[in-house]
Amino acid sequence: MPFIESVDHLTEYRRRVRAARDPQQLQVLVCGGPGCLPLGSEELAAAFAAEMEARGIAGKVLLKTTGCHGLCSHGVRVLIRPQEISYQKVTVEDVPEIVETTLLSGGVVERLVYHHPESQAPCPHKMDIPFYQTQNPLVLRKLDVIDPESLDDYLALGGYRTLRKILFQMTPEQVIEAVEKSGLRGRGGGGFPTGRKWRLCREAQAQPKFVICNGDEGDPGAFMDRAVMEGDPHAVIEGMIVGGYAIGAMRGYIYVRHEYPLAVKRLQKAIDQAREFGLLGTNILRSNFSFDIQISQGAGAFVCGEETALIASIEGKIGEPNPRPPYPVQAGLFGLPTVINNVETWANVPEIINMGPEWFAAMGTDKSKGTKIFSLVGAVNNTGLVEVPMGTSLRQIIFGMGGGIAHNREFKAVQTGGPSGGCIPPQYLDLPVDYDSLQQVGSIMGSGGMIVMDNHDCMVDVARYFISFLMEESCGKCTPCREGLKQLITILNEITTGKGEAHHVDLMEDICQTMATASLCGLGQSAANPVRSTLKYFREEYERHIRDKKCPAKVCRQLLIYTIDPNECTSCLACVRECPVGAISGPKKEPQVIDQDICVKCGLCVDACQFDAVKVE
Amino acid sequence: MDLQRLEGILSRYACQPADLIPVLQDIQDSYNYLPKDELKVVAERLHLPLAQVFSVATFFTMFSLVPKGKHVCKVCVGTTCHLKGGQRLAESLSNRLGVDIGYTTKDMNFTLETVACLGSCAQAPVMMIDDTYYARVTVDKVPKILKKYQ
Repeated sequence: MPFIESVDHLTEYRRRVRAARDPQQLQVLVCGGPGCLPLGSEELAAAFAAEMEARGIAGKVLLKTTGCHGLCSHGVRVLIRPQEISYQKVTVEDVPEIVETTLLSGGVVERLVYHHPESQAPCPHKMDIPFYQTQNPLVLRKLDVIDPESLDDYLALGGYRTLRKILFQMTPEQVIEAVEKSGLRGRGGGGFPTGRKWRLCREAQAQPKFVICNGDEGDPGAFMDRAVMEGDPHAVIEGMIVGGYAIGAMRGYIYVRHEYPLAVKRLQKAIDQAREFGLLGTNILRSNFSFDIQISQGAGAFVCGEETALIASIEGKIGEPNPRPPYPVQAGLFGLPTVINNVETWANVPEIINMGPEWFAAMGTDKSKGTKIFSLVGAVNNTGLVEVPMGTSLRQIIFGMGGGIAHNREFKAVQTGGPSGGCIPPQYLDLPVDYDSLQQVGSIMGSGGMIVMDNHDCMVDVARYFISFLMEESCGKCTPCREGLKQLITILNEITTGKGEAHHVDLMEDICQTMATASLCGLGQSAANPVRSTLKYFREEYERHIRDKKCPAKVCRQLLIYTIDPNECTSCLACVRECPVGAISGPKKEPQVIDQDICVKCGLCVDACQFDAVKVE
Repeated sequence: MDLQRLEGILSRYACQPADLIPVLQDIQDSYNYLPKDELKVVAERLHLPLAQVFSVATFFTMFSLVPKGKHVCKVCVGTTCHLKGGQRLAESLSNRLGVDIGYTTKDMNFTLETVACLGSCAQAPVMMIDDTYYARVTVDKVPKILKKYQ
């Protein structure tokens, strides 16, 4: 790779990369995103390589493993270009047929394409699939076509154009103005106006200054940042260079959680490429601007997603938050002015500068501009990543893109905003999703996790789950958060095990109020949200647990009775082997019986039985 | 104490206080845990009180003060995995391996852990053994998966 010395050199290099590419080039793009990877993307790509070699077309067809294709529930996904044929649930066994039918003969393997759920019509092309039709991908748009480890791929699609534009056509002041005008707000959940944050940091007196990318995506149920870091790492880097130029920083940090080893690898490779190319380092493209980036790895602490705790962690301290003010823009990393933005925020920046703030501001709602990525998971038919304009309704996302609730069950709630968010009930399905509307109904945007729940999910159990998660992750520094969570989990454990008492609900409301008012950081202040929102919308369910000692969704195991239906039991003994206390027994080759006195209600027999013979009441 | 191995790690850093977490990560990767004697040397070389080194070593979940097993099995108990039975999966593994969550089997073959989210929510419940992901792991699939590592 050459060292790019000037703007003209970059233009010339990009021209050459593009000229060498044939738009009609046959390509096989295997999804290697967070959803498909565990289903065997690597093996599948290897199988394609071997089969194409065997059929003598290895040199003619370009094979790439890309980032996330979006529709994870139907993985492993394979996109064939230029026809844009989109195959789903592809396994190694399907490879010879795809090579024969599509690559060699130009046809479509119909059994591997999406079929419209109502008309049953095949949808061979990506844009025939309803899931993709109503999206508006900006940040995700390159993920299914570029090789994340290729700088040439990024350049060919116009990458680092923005860098050139800011360095030679814009002052830092103009860059900040553009970001302000675009209306971009922090995508990590806080929703603070990005341009204003940058301005405050630029105006701060102390030197040097820093930019940080928050890649500590800790919200369970959210994986968009992982997908972006793994699938389009140069977009994050370019965004950070723009931010560094705007505020006058020379150094940036990307903080990535250690549960994301592939993101670290891809980002490091992209940083190395950018350095080697001269897009990071001293006097970038012979300008007066110098900037470099290093990766800082998290060590497993949810609270480090909070900005002051994250900064403490980069400084080598334990991830305890610090009171604000002073805000990081005044006194952040090493006590110096620091801008910290989330992965998705940074990845939005290059396109905003490139296309202009008006273009970006034309999308979204009055106060929330642009698009937002949501990770749509849980009880829907189509799970995966969706990117839609702000203001799209929950109904459009869950029933449109999500294809409705799986197994024809009933929609019960959607949980947004991660552990500190809330559960939104069916009456708000037509709510336009933006920062402010979600807050009005007692939840938050958070980083964009959207977990859909049906009538088989228990809201008391969900609240208990989040509170137990937050109790584990609370740093313990301030009393309301540390002790409040401890008391909440004690009460919730009693309610879910049949020991709930009538006064528990009022007591929990009281504790929630104290935590929200008196906690030190965002984690503590919002930690009561899961209890508050479920109490508000699903109080009846709490009362069933407390008054009748019943779990209507049949989730809280201590409130259930497990029996084996003798008519359906095949005597396979899978449950007997699984039972940890030996509660299941019976004569050989005859239906088995659960001894209720021994049963600890762990529910493992239900999972072990492949014939649905274990009944739960 | 294998001082040469530790020096190899320390030589990659300027030994500023801010290098503490990366240094501990390297030691964890290399030794599979954080040995006490090594931590004392780290404190000295990074000019930090030993108490601060220990506070960091015990705060973050990736660090362990006792050796981990040959294979680390991480069961995801993120929100989606929780709803789809991640907790029961962890309990099943715990029963089969005969070890509590967070501990290592006597033969040092397996460490069983739970993790807040592996980011593969669409394939819940998910687990990871070493660097390999396992998708949609129901309890009945456990014995076959474990066999590969025993």
